[in-house]
Amino acid sequence: MGIKALNPQTRSTIITYAIVIVAFIAVTLLDGMGFISNSLSGQLVPICAYVSLAVSLNLVVGVSGELSLGHAGFMSVGAFTGVVVAGCLARMGVDSEIVLFVGAAVVGAIAAGIIGFLVGIPVMRLRGDYLAIVTLAFGEIIKNLLNNFYIGIDDAGLHFSMTDTASLGMNQGTILINGPKGAVGIDKISTFVLGIILVLITVAVVLNLMHSRDGRAIMAVRDNRIAAESVGINVTKYRLMAFTVASALAGAAGVLYAMNYSTITPSQFDFNQSILILVYVVLGGMGNISGSIISAAFLTVLPEILRPINQYRMLLYAIVLILVMVVPHTRIYQRIAEALRGRLRKAPADAAIAAEGGEGDE
Amino acid sequence: MEILANIINGASLGSVYAIIALGYTMVYGIAKMLNFAHGDVIMVGAYVCFCAVSYLGLPALAGVLISVVACTVLGIVVERLAYKPLRNAPSLNVLITAIGVSYFLQNAALLIMGSDPKSFSSIISLPALQLFDGKLTISATAVITILACVVIMAALTMFTGKTKMGKAMRACSEDRDAAQLMGINVNSTISMVFAIGSGLAAIAGVLMCSAYPTLMPTTGSMPGIKAFTAAVLGGIGSIPGAALGGILLGIIEILARAYISTQLADAVVFAVLIIMLLIRPAGLLGKPVNEKV
Amino acid sequence: MSKFSDFARARREGTKMVPVPSVSIMPERDLGKAPALECLHLGIDFGGLKAVDDFNITVGRTEICGLIGPNGAGKTTVFNLLTKVYQPTRGTIMVDGQDTAGMNPARVNQMGVARTFQNIRLFDSMTVEENVAVGLHNQHHCGMATSILRLPHHWKSEKYYHERALELLDIFDMTGLADHEAGSLPYGAQRRLEIVRALATNPKLLLLDEPAAGMNPSETAELMENIVKIRDRFQIAIMLIEHDMNLVMNICEGICVLNFGKIIAKGTPEEIQQNDAVIEAYLGKQKEVEA
Repeated sequence: MGIKALNPQTRSTIITYAIVIVAFIAVTLLDGMGFISNSLSGQLVPICAYVSLAVSLNLVVGVSGELSLGHAGFMSVGAFTGVVVAGCLARMGVDSEIVLFVGAAVVGAIAAGIIGFLVGIPVMRLRGDYLAIVTLAFGEIIKNLLNNFYIGIDDAGLHFSMTDTASLGMNQGTILINGPKGAVGIDKISTFVLGIILVLITVAVVLNLMHSRDGRAIMAVRDNRIAAESVGINVTKYRLMAFTVASALAGAAGVLYAMNYSTITPSQFDFNQSILILVYVVLGGMGNISGSIISAAFLTVLPEILRPINQYRMLLYAIVLILVMVVPHTRIYQRIAEALRGRLRKAPADAAIAAEGGEGDE
Repeated sequence: MEILANIINGASLGSVYAIIALGYTMVYGIAKMLNFAHGDVIMVGAYVCFCAVSYLGLPALAGVLISVVACTVLGIVVERLAYKPLRNAPSLNVLITAIGVSYFLQNAALLIMGSDPKSFSSIISLPALQLFDGKLTISATAVITILACVVIMAALTMFTGKTKMGKAMRACSEDRDAAQLMGINVNSTISMVFAIGSGLAAIAGVLMCSAYPTLMPTTGSMPGIKAFTAAVLGGIGSIPGAALGGILLGIIEILARAYISTQLADAVVFAVLIIMLLIRPAGLLGKPVNEKV
Repeated sequence: MSKFSDFARARREGTKMVPVPSVSIMPERDLGKAPALECLHLGIDFGGLKAVDDFNITVGRTEICGLIGPNGAGKTTVFNLLTKVYQPTRGTIMVDGQDTAGMNPARVNQMGVARTFQNIRLFDSMTVEENVAVGLHNQHHCGMATSILRLPHHWKSEKYYHERALELLDIFDMTGLADHEAGSLPYGAQRRLEIVRALATNPKLLLLDEPAAGMNPSETAELMENIVKIRDRFQIAIMLIEHDMNLVMNICEGICVLNFGKIIAKGTPEEIQQNDAVIEAYLGKQKEVEA
């Protein structure tokens, strides 16, 4: 459908979708043959959630170029909104799991998007590390507020309080969110298929946005803010757009995550969770969507793979993380890489130099 | 009286934040990196002191000294192994490496010391101060913490202002390349900053655990984040800013805990940070940097 | 080289410069229309230092105007004021007869002022074509939802951006480079791409900050030809800062000389070349030279 059948952009888009679909088919087949252990199959939905989170955070960090340290906050807004919505729908007599999930995910995404937009207005006035610390602060504030939320439902409707469950004044209702104890008695309706669909939607939203008028404006602001302004781009608008869309997608992923467990607590969505998602993005490569997918999936599975050495696995995880970052910058690695590259690309490189020379510049 | 006691307690907690924030801000100033592992150095410092006093039976002061030495060495080693190869890498890669170091320290502590909280016995065994006929009680730990912060601040200001090494540090944080051209050894200067910052973190760790005696492998992370917040609040890169930011943050936190809500104290602290940054986007004592066009 | 100078001089000989009310000059052919740019008593202070002061200028609708002066005279600051990168401390800027007070850089661009930068500012990680497409941002609209849902209008827009970008790149024969990463282009091509990107915003006034910096004589000659070509084709005003006097004297119709933030001379190239204040600013006082 593109302008040119296979320009690099289209190719990488196709590869990205292919990775998700092939992974889905492979996992389904392996599961059918009984090759997937129980502990691993329990990880399938969280993997999908983390992949969505990494892809959406990449929209902020990689595509828009702003370091956000509060992504888990938007995830939790989505998660808890989703729990409340699913609770309401269930009480209204909806029993189709698909409807419950879609309802929860859509409302969760909208709620997270609205919070993202509201947070983004002040945040986007700041730059660099100041922006990073403020996103961190908002993430912690959201966590703290949710720790004080008590929401219940009975025949009269929703009840809300910020002190305790008793003050909800309910008449034989169900408590949906119980302060620091979080959401309890969640219907576990997330499935791997729903997870994969959410991943595909997230990827489609981010890629379609990236390769459009607005996406180019977002990337232009990242590459050179002053130049972007000079060609008439409203910098704040586009930074805010990326932040809001990413927040909404994180909200949907939060719903997927929450609906996989019977209990979730606000403290699960803390600063460390945000950092974890950021690690996926940086390891996968800035602005590289398929990279985010692979690194999020791999790093979520890694602790499972390392389970035989249970005690040492997190230590090993830390070492892997440091090595992956440091090794490419050591002299030995660079020399080896250069030698390899030289051998592999000798011929095409020469041709390219010849072509450049024809340009006659400098 | 109660409010005065709260302010003094806040200033004491804030002094801990300030000492940690000094390490953050100095490292940021010179290496332009957010050293997220800095909070975990506090935890290491506290554990070392704990072991020296509880297991080896050394006197408290010796414990503090050993812990400062251990953390200083740790800071230099971490810088050499993990951060130095990344001197010219994108800042986010350095950030992730720092997070890796943070995980490493936490999990190493978990393996060695176990996950059960250790009860840190205060290194300060002086009696509490009674003022106004016993209406106001100030713990000796609080007094010593505040004093330590003042002494450290004064010493650091002297050091960066008067000594050759201190001037080299300021030159490096202003313009690393130019400093190098003037014959300053940038690598050893950066090592020096990490050494000072980590040594200070050890002191902060011991002081903090004297006031709040629960010691766990994750003890350092939240104070680390708060101290980072304090450094930004004061204007990151500025030494007096870090001290001011730390003490303000501590006081706000304790007051919020006492008069607003224990659960929402952190939310209040971060809300204050956000409001301050919106009014002064470069922090309280930071200089705004304008991009040259 | 000389061949081109003849060409430029021949072009200019058709222009007769006349004085206009706001103590400035503009080409006779632009007289009947509102000037592309009018500055009145424009100035900015940097902490007590008057970086630019009492800057008055009128640029005709299709004039090529040079802004010259020694290093540090405040030339780029003037551009930064015109594009609102800096907010002026005092004075008025009128673009196409409209006051730009209180506008931000993006809004000023939408009013019709586009610029290039002394230290090149491209969107380095994006392709040449995408750079131009970003320039076309306000020329054609396509909403976020339309793009995310890939509605038919999105594809129509993409087609527009693609075709228009190639059309503009063709001015500098750069269509072959469309898929290259902008940051990897040779220096000269980057400078040309900046001009194309600025043109894509459909400006009335194009500000070029040292367009020939780092170019060799043959490239500069080509650039001169292209600047005139752009003016003729798009019928816009061009204001340029340049140290290459050959370029300035050959293609500029009016020249404004700045020193220590103040205009020290305005006039045609011939007048400027003979102006004592200008010679003094560039070479120092006659006596000192002799001594």
